[in-house]
Amino acid sequence: MRAFLVALLLLLGLNPAMAGDVSTFELPNGLKAVVIEDHRAPVVVHMVWYKVGSADEQRGKSGIAHYLEHLMFKGTDTMAPGELSKTVAANGGSDNAFTSYDYTAYFQRIAADRLPLVMKMEADRMRNLRISPDDAKTELQVILEERSQRTDSNANALFSEQERAAQFLNSPYGTPVIGWRKEMEGLTRQNALDWYHEFYAPNNAILVVAGDVTPAEVKTLAEKYYGPLKPTEGLKPRARPQEPPQRAARQVTFKDDRIAQPYLMRSYLAPERNPGDQKTAAALTVLSEILGGNQATSVLGRKLIYGDGTAIYASSYYDGMSIDPTTFNISVMPAKDVSLPEAEKALDGALAQFLKDGIDPDQFARIKTQVKAAEIYSRDNTQGLARRYGEALASGFSVQDVENWPDVLTSVTEADVMAAAKDLFQARESVTGYAERATAAPTPVSVPMAPPATQEVTQ
Amino acid sequence: MIRAVFTLPARLALAGLFALILALPARAIEIQQVTSPGGIKAWLVENHDIPFIALDVAFKGGASLDAPDKRGAINLMTATLEEGAGQMDSQQFAEAQEALAAQFGFDVGDDSLEVSAQMLSENRDKSVNLLRAALITPRFEQTAIDRVRAQVLSIIASDKTDPNAIAAKTMRKLAFGDHPYGTSLNGTIDSVKALTQEDMFDAKARVMSRDHMVVSVVGDITPAELGPMLDHLLGDLPAKGAPMPAAITPNLTGGVTTVDFDSPQSVVMFAQKGIAMSDPDFFAAYVLNQILGAGGFSSRLMDEVREKRGLTYGIASYLVDKDLAKTWQGSFASANEKVAQAISVVKEQWAKAATGAVTDKELQDAKTYLTGAYPLRFDGNGTIAGIMTGMQLNGMPISYITTRNDQVNAVTKEDIARVAKRILDPSALRFVVVGRPSGLN
Repeated sequence: MRAFLVALLLLLGLNPAMAGDVSTFELPNGLKAVVIEDHRAPVVVHMVWYKVGSADEQRGKSGIAHYLEHLMFKGTDTMAPGELSKTVAANGGSDNAFTSYDYTAYFQRIAADRLPLVMKMEADRMRNLRISPDDAKTELQVILEERSQRTDSNANALFSEQERAAQFLNSPYGTPVIGWRKEMEGLTRQNALDWYHEFYAPNNAILVVAGDVTPAEVKTLAEKYYGPLKPTEGLKPRARPQEPPQRAARQVTFKDDRIAQPYLMRSYLAPERNPGDQKTAAALTVLSEILGGNQATSVLGRKLIYGDGTAIYASSYYDGMSIDPTTFNISVMPAKDVSLPEAEKALDGALAQFLKDGIDPDQFARIKTQVKAAEIYSRDNTQGLARRYGEALASGFSVQDVENWPDVLTSVTEADVMAAAKDLFQARESVTGYAERATAAPTPVSVPMAPPATQEVTQ
Repeated sequence: MIRAVFTLPARLALAGLFALILALPARAIEIQQVTSPGGIKAWLVENHDIPFIALDVAFKGGASLDAPDKRGAINLMTATLEEGAGQMDSQQFAEAQEALAAQFGFDVGDDSLEVSAQMLSENRDKSVNLLRAALITPRFEQTAIDRVRAQVLSIIASDKTDPNAIAAKTMRKLAFGDHPYGTSLNGTIDSVKALTQEDMFDAKARVMSRDHMVVSVVGDITPAELGPMLDHLLGDLPAKGAPMPAAITPNLTGGVTTVDFDSPQSVVMFAQKGIAMSDPDFFAAYVLNQILGAGGFSSRLMDEVREKRGLTYGIASYLVDKDLAKTWQGSFASANEKVAQAISVVKEQWAKAATGAVTDKELQDAKTYLTGAYPLRFDGNGTIAGIMTGMQLNGMPISYITTRNDQVNAVTKEDIARVAKRILDPSALRFVVVGRPSGLN
């Protein structure tokens, strides 16, 4: 149940009117800023989001967005390599960064009176990064180790990577954020610097400051530290290669002896949230909760786990926050003695039944209750709120879109959900992946059902 | 319901770590001690900003109170608490919880079983009734046990092909042998298969008793409201549970234990004996560990192994103050052909740390970080409840929150030198390596 609400919290988008005062401003050099006030504790979260991610990479250079993110800690004219993190730590704060398909973000969490310090350092590395050849070389080894640790040593991650690659023929969403190993090995310091000089600029960034601050003081500080930075002229719009219509259902079979217990993943091409038009994505968000949100009460849980005992886990996952079309994912781990084809057949049966029967009104009402409750619980987490705004604005959404999202979500009707489901479940737009042992399985085992594709890589 | 979790290399360690990450409030946090009319004690932070409460109920002993030959019983029992209670079966219970938008979590570790709940003020009475059913009158129906058992068995089997879980298992066995800490709280396939409904009721009685219990509440409730609520929610739990197991000194010697595993990268855990929080030199050790391996990008280990040499994505060390054993340990992962070099760098750093020499700057930076970060931890109702629970489980006074930073600041170079020489022992630092390492003897 907790997992369910947490998932909703992540997807909900939060209601700023309740969460604290949100205001915005823009500097003449194009930097857009969001300030979220929360005076419960003398803490501040300072984030800079760049409107560039791995999906903006050139073919053959996969991983450059994430490599540069690591190199951003290597110093400037006035800061030694590692000095930013050490300074933040020496002031009791924490810092990190992450790269996704659609954005790259850097953040610090620190006592509110240290905001000028972190803003000064973050502004410095927006335009004045220096990367020594030695640091570039060493850091390349670090990201290769990161890939080894998070992907190559993890059979589930490898499987997810294959599943996505099978789903997206042309969209860069089929390429892992961290990059393909061979291409990562060929990344150079110059590739990183070119990336940096083009995309790291105030007119390509979103500043989010949340916590015990006022908009006026944030603006004064931002004018002082970010104001003098020069924008990049002639930034092109973010037009990525688009996915052609999918005309054939695809099957992936992944075999690895580290897969202890077989499971299947089904993904469908799905529409994303769009600025000013979030209704379909809201319906799909609710659909995901109805189908596979809570193991005990969801459609798939009732049918496959509690009903005929086909599965020991069944869940669905959808996050519409995305620039280009995304996926809707379903995972099923069959019970012992149930084969993957049998589980797949049961899944298809459950989906067909759902399309025929429609939504249980009681379940729909409970989900609406939870959506409203999530707005209350989410007020306890300012950093989550800051992240929500940063992610949305870096993906091309407006503050208004973020503020409208909870209402869009609560106004979704059963008919909206069923219409979205009918459009979504087209076999020809699907990928079905089987993960199983390479050699004959001795005993049944499990792969925990983590949400598919975190799509994010941390520094 | 089992919430599937990837096993981290530091799993054993992290449980202990959380217990010592205690904090000093950034906002003025006033902890009130409330005693209910029925005599149940709780720590309360009253805050009416947001209309909900976070409630933590923890039971000391956790999965270490498994009866002999019943390994895994307390874990399975914990995961089955919400699978039907009172008049409700599993699905009815879940529906009721959804309708109230209440969040309940049931988790068990080596040292405690923790129930954490968040409830909207408007639904508080009904939510308390529902939680009470799970705590006092769980049904443990056979079908529910079997369903959750299948999930637990899948996790046990999955751990056998997970290098991090293999490393943790190997290290626990080496350090703790037949003590409860020596095996996974999940149990084995055989022990879990053999568990019965009666075992579930027994397991509950062993751990979920009022003499093991601590309670923390944060949010929209007054002391006058809380007292009767506690009596209603918890008053019918049995007064006494099973006795705590004996403490144990980890049996760790120097050297490397290698477990063959087909992977391009080796997972490494390292451990030696540790130090108790009650030890007068604990804070000196804590500051030293910050310098050595806990300081994120500022630590010596991160600097030497990752930043200078690119041998790993991340490395950390941690003091693990569990109730029944103390260790000082760490973990990282490194390519098979680089892991030998990484281990030798760790050994060098361990030996250097054991001399107890730290620079003035290292000491000052560690203190500024630890004292500055402490208040930032108190940043949400659920978090604060968790911190108070950790304090109570460790028997710490409320005043700890205000004295903790003073204790950090009081640490001198001499204190660090003394504790380093007393505790750190490079010759007794055991490494467990899971992978296909090359060049390791």
